[in-house]
Amino acid sequence: MAVASNDEIRILTPSGMLGYGFPIDHFRMGLALRPHAITIDSGSTDSGPQKLGLGEMTCSREAYVKDIEVLLEAQHETKIPVLISSAGGDGTNLHVDVFRDIIAEIARRRGWRFKLASIYADIDKGLIGRELRAGRIGPLGPVPPLDQREIDAATVIVAQMGAEPFCKALDESEGVDVIVSGRSYDPSPTAAMAIRAGFDPALAWHMGKIMECGALCAEPVGRNVMGYLRRDHFEIEPLNPAERCTTASVAAHTLYEKTHPFLLAGPGGTLDLSNCKYEQVTDRRVRVSGSRFEPSKHYTVKLEGAKTAGFRSIFIAGARDPIFISQIDEILEKVMAGARAYFAEVPEESYRIIPHIYGKNGVMGDLEPHKTPAHELCIIVEVAATTQALATAICGKTRTSLMHSPYPGRIATAGNLASPFTPLEIPLGAACEFNVYHLMKIDSPTALFPIKYEEIF
Amino acid sequence: MATIPTPLRDIAKVIRSKNAGPFEITLDIVFKTKEDFETVKKSGVITKELVSKLYNVPTQSIITFGFFDLVNAVKITLPRPRPQGGVGETDMHAAQQHVPLQEIRVPWPAT
Repeated sequence: MAVASNDEIRILTPSGMLGYGFPIDHFRMGLALRPHAITIDSGSTDSGPQKLGLGEMTCSREAYVKDIEVLLEAQHETKIPVLISSAGGDGTNLHVDVFRDIIAEIARRRGWRFKLASIYADIDKGLIGRELRAGRIGPLGPVPPLDQREIDAATVIVAQMGAEPFCKALDESEGVDVIVSGRSYDPSPTAAMAIRAGFDPALAWHMGKIMECGALCAEPVGRNVMGYLRRDHFEIEPLNPAERCTTASVAAHTLYEKTHPFLLAGPGGTLDLSNCKYEQVTDRRVRVSGSRFEPSKHYTVKLEGAKTAGFRSIFIAGARDPIFISQIDEILEKVMAGARAYFAEVPEESYRIIPHIYGKNGVMGDLEPHKTPAHELCIIVEVAATTQALATAICGKTRTSLMHSPYPGRIATAGNLASPFTPLEIPLGAACEFNVYHLMKIDSPTALFPIKYEEIF
Repeated sequence: MATIPTPLRDIAKVIRSKNAGPFEITLDIVFKTKEDFETVKKSGVITKELVSKLYNVPTQSIITFGFFDLVNAVKITLPRPRPQGGVGETDMHAAQQHVPLQEIRVPWPAT
């Protein structure tokens, strides 16, 4: 196994998301460059709150087995550590254990042996309640206020760990082969490897920030990427020979999915990229220097949680009649009022009826600047209620009323809607909502994140 | 030099929208060259007030707004109309909220 010299640490990241697959030939090209670690993130809130709310994973178990087996094979051959963060997408304890079991299953099947560290990130709700009352928790951006009721309503609450728990796992277990972590700040595994080897934390975080997305910083965007971190700069290069990093592509990458282009807040501090220098070293490789890291006065971690919020049913229907379409808002208003009157015994605040009108403002809602509807509409009515049966009943009443509603000038008296599917009302199951997205001050960057060590074979 | 009002979709390299966490939408306009970026910046057309009008959001609620020289880009971050993925969601990834920016017209050298 390659040991990081005083001058350079090399990190290989095969993909921006574990479970999406990555080209194995480019990955093997990366291994030939003798990296000191393989890091890969599997976390994201981007596909919605149902992961935290219902315990779902971003990808299927089969997809994770496929990617993890490639990583374990590389570990078995080269003996370099593999660091996997935010197991399952939400990084709950449940999904750390799913990943642990996948690793055990592969090890058994292939006859391999690994020293594994599992780092957990579920946070005790009692602790969160106490810290909230102590004034040590605040909202992160335009987030609804947190109170004890919302804490209790969350299915589970995780915190994004920084680099310290990874460093601790590497320190405490002589020769750890694989680390699987719960919810992490995406750059943490890469940053931990570099910071632990004594490199500048600012460069370590910045390189981690770029590499956590795989070769998304390349043109065209790709998967496998190699980072070379040195004393006063780092270099970044995609492994697919058909891709290249350019000063523009690497600099612009920091815009992606971020609130601010240069100030990136994370656990323990803020990365400031406003004075970075980007140099084209070769046709495909970019050198970055000048990153700064400003430690925050109090170390904070981001808490994430979601709750279930009743059940949903929808109906989907088309409309083509221009006389109907020209009055769609008024007709819907009347129909929804009628449905509410029909379900008068159901508390009004316990359910919602929300129309999505494609061809009018289905994509942008109230933000839509164009007010003229198209010649045909797709109408989806979403109903959220306390039970699936009630959601479907309210949805059905709304649909049948809209189908047969009279309106001024109506000459198509047989029906107002074109229905493509049965069931006409479609149950969607439990609805989820993010309800915790807050910063919590902590005294120890490692104390909240317990680590379990074991030999797997 | 004679100019004609030209939509940003004919000028910029990238105009996109995406979630920045579950409670924010971020919009990026990236230009092909420093010259294009400077021309648009100097035109004074893209302002907080314009964004406020296009997205029906008060100027004081705009989280980030700025021209960023290092990346030849305008970045705008707005609060989401509702938390991502909740009841009433129209765009889980907020990937299709960029279109009003494409239609912004700036005075552009006639060719």
